[in-house]
Amino acid sequence: MIRLHEVAKEYPRAGLALSHISFAVRKGEFVFLTGPSGSGKTTILKMLYMGERPSSGEVLVSGVSSRTARGRQVSQLRRRLGIVFQDFRLLEDRTAEANVRFALEVIGVPKSVIGAKVNRALTQVGLVSKATSYPRELSGGEQQRVAIARALVNDPFVLLADEPTGNLDERATRGVFQLLRDINASGTAVIMATHDLDLVRRSEYRTIELNHGRIVFDSAESAPSAQSAEGGGKAHMRTPTDW
Amino acid sequence: MLAIRETLTASRRAPLLSALGVVTIAFSLFAFGLFGLVAINIRTALEQVEQRVEVRGFLADGTAIESVSAAMKDIGEFPEVARVDYVSEEQALARARKEMGEFADVFEAGVLPASIEVHLRVGLRSPRVVKSVADRIRTYQFIDDVRYGEEWVEKLYRLRNIATIAGTGLGLAFATVAVIIIGATIRMAVLARAKEISIMRLVGATDMFVRLPFLIDGLVKGLLGGLLALLFTWFANRTINRYFLETVFFDPQLMFLGILAGALIGVLGSFVSVGRHLRSI
Repeated sequence: MIRLHEVAKEYPRAGLALSHISFAVRKGEFVFLTGPSGSGKTTILKMLYMGERPSSGEVLVSGVSSRTARGRQVSQLRRRLGIVFQDFRLLEDRTAEANVRFALEVIGVPKSVIGAKVNRALTQVGLVSKATSYPRELSGGEQQRVAIARALVNDPFVLLADEPTGNLDERATRGVFQLLRDINASGTAVIMATHDLDLVRRSEYRTIELNHGRIVFDSAESAPSAQSAEGGGKAHMRTPTDW
Repeated sequence: MLAIRETLTASRRAPLLSALGVVTIAFSLFAFGLFGLVAINIRTALEQVEQRVEVRGFLADGTAIESVSAAMKDIGEFPEVARVDYVSEEQALARARKEMGEFADVFEAGVLPASIEVHLRVGLRSPRVVKSVADRIRTYQFIDDVRYGEEWVEKLYRLRNIATIAGTGLGLAFATVAVIIIGATIRMAVLARAKEISIMRLVGATDMFVRLPFLIDGLVKGLLGGLLALLFTWFANRTINRYFLETVFFDPQLMFLGILAGALIGVLGSFVSVGRHLRSI
């Protein structure tokens, strides 16, 4: 479903951001990308939605190659991905419902089905009662749920989450993480970049640890049987290092 | 449909920014319009002076009117010639007396010779053409002398060239400044909606879809700015006409072209600004 092969990324000024990155993500898998700030987690996520292209190597997402994908093909791919950020990226002047609706309107989904899809997504994240609230009227956790609803509304096959709990308190973090687990349990793959080690240690999911742009640990390679299509499985052989 | 709705929503959300955009475009085009007004008035004035460029061939005494008529027909068929008039001795005297006013008595009958006046076609009044026509007229035996104000024609032609070059240069400079200002105004509108654009792209909207509301926005602002600029220019022209000197205003075709140029600059500015922004995210 997702495959990175010998991916490297070099920026003209900042230098080498990633090197020798190779891993695959199966359908319905839950994967943590961990590592200190600047280790390359966000760059990998950007490559998955083709926001960045590798300097060498190849990223393959659902048959779309970073080597050949351009314009419309990238847009079509993104319609099948859900993307969530630390800073929520909600439009402040629109209600929660309008923020979710926006994601469907701009890709030309027929009006007749938008209402039902938006309602289902808000139900999934437990925010139907806040549909008419503006982002400023919502807590951080609730805002992230709206962002997740927006990412889910088009039934993605994978949810890419870049530090989704980075701006949240512990309680909200637990809530959002549980929501991501539920989404994964319903069959959607989740790739979550985080540097919250507690979150990673407490869960049983596959963990890929990065440092200085290289993979220093992949629990799937340490314990190949640890993953299942449902996202469950045994704990990996060793925990990520402290950084 | 959604693109139009998004454009209207954006204008409603930031009415001040939208109004500022229209006014900026209007003032940029107004400056260009004022320059255009000066340019067309100089051109009109030069054309009026140019209309007086003529070649006059003075006839020898006793030239038979048949010979003159044949020559006039001949000259009238020169490709450069618009019209040939015969001025008799009496007509020449009457004209001179009229022009001299209180000194009219200076002239006596028979002093001024008869002549033919050759008027040239528009665009064929350069010193080279005038001289060539004068030389050909001179070849007729009964032509005593040919006058066409050689120095005056050359000065006029030089003035016209300078006005054209200066006009084109200044016009381009004004247009460039207008495009830069309008581009910056549209860039502000794009930046004000940067977050919206990045979300659109992340959820899979095509670049064309992202661009469309901005193109419509640019078109509308350009059109409104163009109309407003035309209104300002018209007021300026009316004021000059009333208090200073008589001027000509743009004809309907030029007015239409001006508004069209505003719309075009708006669309183009939007296209470039959004394109740059899309490449940067």
